[in-house]
Amino acid sequence: MPTDTGTIETLANKEYEWGFVTDIDADALPKGLNEDIIREISRRKDEPEFLLDFRLKAYRHWLTMVPPQWANIKYPPIDFQDIIYYSAPKSKKKLASLDEVDPELLRTYAKLGVPLAEQKLLANVAVDAVFDSVSVATTFKAKLAEMGVIFGSFSEAVKTHPDLVRKYLGSVVPYSDNFYATLNSAVFSDGSFCFVPKGVRCPMELSTYFRINAKETGQFERTLIIAEEGAYVSYLEGCTAPMRDENQLHAAVVELVALDNAQIKYSTVQNWYPGDKQGKGGIYNFVTKRGKCLGQNSRISWTQVETGSAITWKYPSVILQGDNSIGEFYSVALANNYQQADTGTKMIHIGKNTRSTIVSKGISAGHGQNTYRGLVKVLKGAADARNYTQCDSLLLGDQCGAHTFPYIEMKNTTSRAEHEASTSKIGEDQLFYCKQRGIALEDAVNMIINGFCKEVFKELPMEFAVEAQKLLGVSLEGSVG
Amino acid sequence: MPILEIKDLQAGIAGRQILRGVNLTIVPGEVHAIMGPNGSGKSTLAQVLAGRDTYVVTGGSVRLDGQDLLELSPEERACAGLFLAFQYPVEIPGVSTSYFLKAALNAVRKYHGQPELDAMDFLKLMKQKMKLLDMDPSFLSRAVNEGFSGGEKKRNEILQMAVLDPKLAILDETDSGLDIDALRIVAGGVNSLRGPDRGILLVTHYQRLLNYIVPDYVHVLRDGQIIKSGDKNLALELEARGYGWLEEPAAVH
Repeated sequence: MPTDTGTIETLANKEYEWGFVTDIDADALPKGLNEDIIREISRRKDEPEFLLDFRLKAYRHWLTMVPPQWANIKYPPIDFQDIIYYSAPKSKKKLASLDEVDPELLRTYAKLGVPLAEQKLLANVAVDAVFDSVSVATTFKAKLAEMGVIFGSFSEAVKTHPDLVRKYLGSVVPYSDNFYATLNSAVFSDGSFCFVPKGVRCPMELSTYFRINAKETGQFERTLIIAEEGAYVSYLEGCTAPMRDENQLHAAVVELVALDNAQIKYSTVQNWYPGDKQGKGGIYNFVTKRGKCLGQNSRISWTQVETGSAITWKYPSVILQGDNSIGEFYSVALANNYQQADTGTKMIHIGKNTRSTIVSKGISAGHGQNTYRGLVKVLKGAADARNYTQCDSLLLGDQCGAHTFPYIEMKNTTSRAEHEASTSKIGEDQLFYCKQRGIALEDAVNMIINGFCKEVFKELPMEFAVEAQKLLGVSLEGSVG
Repeated sequence: MPILEIKDLQAGIAGRQILRGVNLTIVPGEVHAIMGPNGSGKSTLAQVLAGRDTYVVTGGSVRLDGQDLLELSPEERACAGLFLAFQYPVEIPGVSTSYFLKAALNAVRKYHGQPELDAMDFLKLMKQKMKLLDMDPSFLSRAVNEGFSGGEKKRNEILQMAVLDPKLAILDETDSGLDIDALRIVAGGVNSLRGPDRGILLVTHYQRLLNYIVPDYVHVLRDGQIIKSGDKNLALELEARGYGWLEEPAAVH
């Protein structure tokens, strides 16, 4: 079916719509990394001593490390001295409210569809926007504060709640964890911080929007979310970047901590610039995301829709420490053109009667290579632990690839893990069936892809599900049925 | 004007000729049955009419309601009023039957310049049509054909036909894989869709279906040509004597 294949490729090759550059003055440190740069970052952010120590410890450890080679991705060596580690939009004075934010920045976010303005109160989303390295504005802070919820930029939390930061920073992803997390620990410039106190159900979705704007800049944000006993929070994260010919590095760390009976839902729609059709440019996305179900009956869910980045290297994981705790991972990863995705999860069962669910949907198109890599580890004490894993791959065209590397380590005989996997191509039969009912090819392809991703999309909060489907260039199922 | 007019249609697949000059005319209101031994080209005819591009048309012409059918894409043919009930309906995981059918119906409506049907009106229409086929409303939320029994799949095809209201419906081996109860329900659905404005072409291997859906004309296809045409009694004769006694191509209807 040459015509169909052609159209599928056209569909898959839609242009990146978020590739514009915002013309704004940036206050950047020189390229390269050494202890002086780190001290300077810390000084500019007016950080307490413990944080500078944390950074320096991480940096010294990082010097002993080499980039990991085990992932199923290919890229030239990254010159870590050729990167700017700190870039902040220049502003003349400290900002007291949203009205004072540079209008050029606000226009950028408006273009991106970020609900930053106050009228979006209706949308019930509180947004923290991170532009290059610095958190720009946080909406609804006052409303959240009434309930005791702390939500804002990481740097601000360091000033207002240093004890909380000190207690939990590095408690899930230690400074020495892995090459990219360690780099992040040394140079992270900002990110989001969220603390939901005991018994509080956060009344709105919390959201961060990350944007890389400046050239030759790495983005190293650090997010820390803590849900105390019985607390609940749903957190959304979205990302875009301008189109640039050079590759840009993004190495973030996200740490989640859930105490007894707490629940954290973390959703990501990642649409960093993927590079052009020949594979030039694009973001190298090396991210460490991990949650710890510290308390009993706690629950952490990761839902991700990964459509962007030239390289995605990312394994949002859950440490199931508390008895009866639950970890979930729902993922849609798209690898198109020359994109490479090596993504999956780790579920570490420590507590008794812990449960984990993994649903991974990989879509490969063009020359894209999509790898699922997952580890289910059940330790000796994790009596009656259960895991269910489902990995499905969908191929569009015949130049792309899908790979699955599931690892299962069971040290407890009362535990059980199930793994199901499938690989399919969008079938000519399916397309012809749709067309015979009058449905145009483009709509048919969208419909089939959406059907494939449905189990993951239904885990996303409503407005994010809408964004996710837009990103896949597809329309989600309607309200009927 | 005929709803379907096939003249000297020749088609094949990968250099192999399958249809060798098919002639057939269907007038609105008529039900025609095409019978024939395995490999005679019955299903090929159905697929070629629907526009499956694995087949190559090498000669002849087809008009649907006066329009050159062979110039249209499969989706345009569907929108113009040609419906094919598949012998093997396809599963589309994760896409609910109602969503699929709504998309189909609205595509057809759009083609004819009609406004899209909203969710409420669509649901009302579906409920009404589903009654016709004795279908449970839970059908609507199930993924298209996924996990459906053979009977459910065929009923789903007829439901789609009822909703899309085509000018010409081609039913490809709709009786295959059906037990007698399911066959009755499906045939009942088809019969309720007979009407003065619609042509129906039944493609079947067995006479059994024609006890339930009584055709106006029966044609025998063999080696890619219609070699004999008659009324419903021809089907009975074929049932009794097989296809062996038919050797010479006969005059076409």
